Amino acid sequence: MEQQAMNPYLPVLIFLVFGFIFGCIVSALSWLIGPRKYNKSKHEIYECGVPMVTSAREKNSVKFYLTAILFILFDIETVFLFLWAKSFNKLGWFGFVEVIVFIVILVVGYVYVVKRGALEWD
Amino acid sequence: MGLSLEQLTGWLAGVDEFWIQLAATIVKFIVVLLISLHVPPLMVWAERRIPALMQRRKGPNRVGIFRFRLFGLMQPLADTIKLIFKEEVVPDTAHKFFFHLAPVFVIFPALLVITAVPFGHPVTLGGYIFPMSVTRVDVGFLFVLAISSIAVYGISLAGWASNNKYSLLGGLRASAQMISYEIPLGMSLIPIVLIYGTLDLNEIVMQQQNVWGVFLAPISFVLFVVCMFAETNRAPFDMAEGESEIVAGYLTEYGTFKFSAFFLGEYVGMFTLSCLAATFFFGGWQIPFVSYETLVQISGSSLVASLIGMMVLLVKAAFFMWLYIWVRWTLPRFRYDQLMSLGWKFLLPLALANVVITAAVLVALQASRL
Repeated sequence: MEQQAMNPYLPVLIFLVFGFIFGCIVSALSWLIGPRKYNKSKHEIYECGVPMVTSAREKNSVKFYLTAILFILFDIETVFLFLWAKSFNKLGWFGFVEVIVFIVILVVGYVYVVKRGALEWD
Repeated sequence: MGLSLEQLTGWLAGVDEFWIQLAATIVKFIVVLLISLHVPPLMVWAERRIPALMQRRKGPNRVGIFRFRLFGLMQPLADTIKLIFKEEVVPDTAHKFFFHLAPVFVIFPALLVITAVPFGHPVTLGGYIFPMSVTRVDVGFLFVLAISSIAVYGISLAGWASNNKYSLLGGLRASAQMISYEIPLGMSLIPIVLIYGTLDLNEIVMQQQNVWGVFLAPISFVLFVVCMFAETNRAPFDMAEGESEIVAGYLTEYGTFKFSAFFLGEYVGMFTLSCLAATFFFGGWQIPFVSYETLVQISGSSLVASLIGMMVLLVKAAFFMWLYIWVRWTLPRFRYDQLMSLGWKFLLPLALANVVITAAVLVALQASRL
């Protein structure tokens, strides 16, 4: 690709700053314009009308945590595949065989995860 | 206006290209922003009118300007004004800072992804080349995938900061779902990179002039569309805000314009993914069998030709937006374990197999050509 006169990430930075300010304005708008009347029961969290039983900062299903860990494992490998895909034409058969080896190792891990029941939700 | 075109171009020639590109960027920035901020209200309107037609109702048709009702097109505007003037209720037990921060983190990634979407062929004006996307990142592919996943932070923050059990469950469900479907989403695009051999989004569109990506990588397309629905938490994968189970999920404690900020983020995200689906699989801004050069000859200007391309892309994106609504009113909601096993046990192996098969076919073709 040809050299660009402007760093292509400069517009991204402008958009980022603008998007952030825009988001702040949007979420502050009602706070500035709308009425503000304090009422104890109104400012309680919503629990279908009954008083709050316990805080929501409690123990949660470990499955969500496990999902996040598995995501990291498999997502890194996706990024790796992207790099191979970009230079696929240059690598040819060699790259293909290498990636097959990589994917086989990955599939072994995947089968292990499935067999151990990490992906079972009850 | 005594300024002729020659004088203008002569004056422009003296200015450093950086400033010209910056000015062009600001113009593009405003145009893209206007488009993407008009999509959510139109989508809210369409999402109430189209199902109404499907169910033989009328849908919202009252709100208008004086006697002109405009098929209820003013309904989203009226809703917005109402939402702005509502009282904001922040729960006493909520984490205040993160509660206010969460909507911001939903909006700005959604807006940021659009910067990389190519809306047309780069325009040549006065010797300068202006790309028709706000920015032209040469790794647009990775940029798009990376930025679009930031929205997970906003949603999980919203769920946690509300200190509400429904919100927490909704936030956890949404974030687990979004990260789970990101893997098949990313992998479904690898065959596209394999076929076109570039990470530049505009290059990918350029190569789809006569044959769209959907014909070369049909499985990728199906995978991408399924993951598109899951990534935006749309029906049939909308367990995150399943009102029959967890009230409204992470949105439970949000009211006023903060609530619509989440909607804005969601709809802009849908629009971006629709644009990307059109870019990867439906030929982007290309009209089938009409090359860009012909378009320039007919219209007489590269700017007009690129604007036509932009319209074509928007029409293609509109198709996907309509698909969102169509699917929402056709399929019932999944169960959460069904959703997770679909993502991990079906889509992920399918995506991997798709990558391997595509690569094998391409490598064999390469070998036969030599």
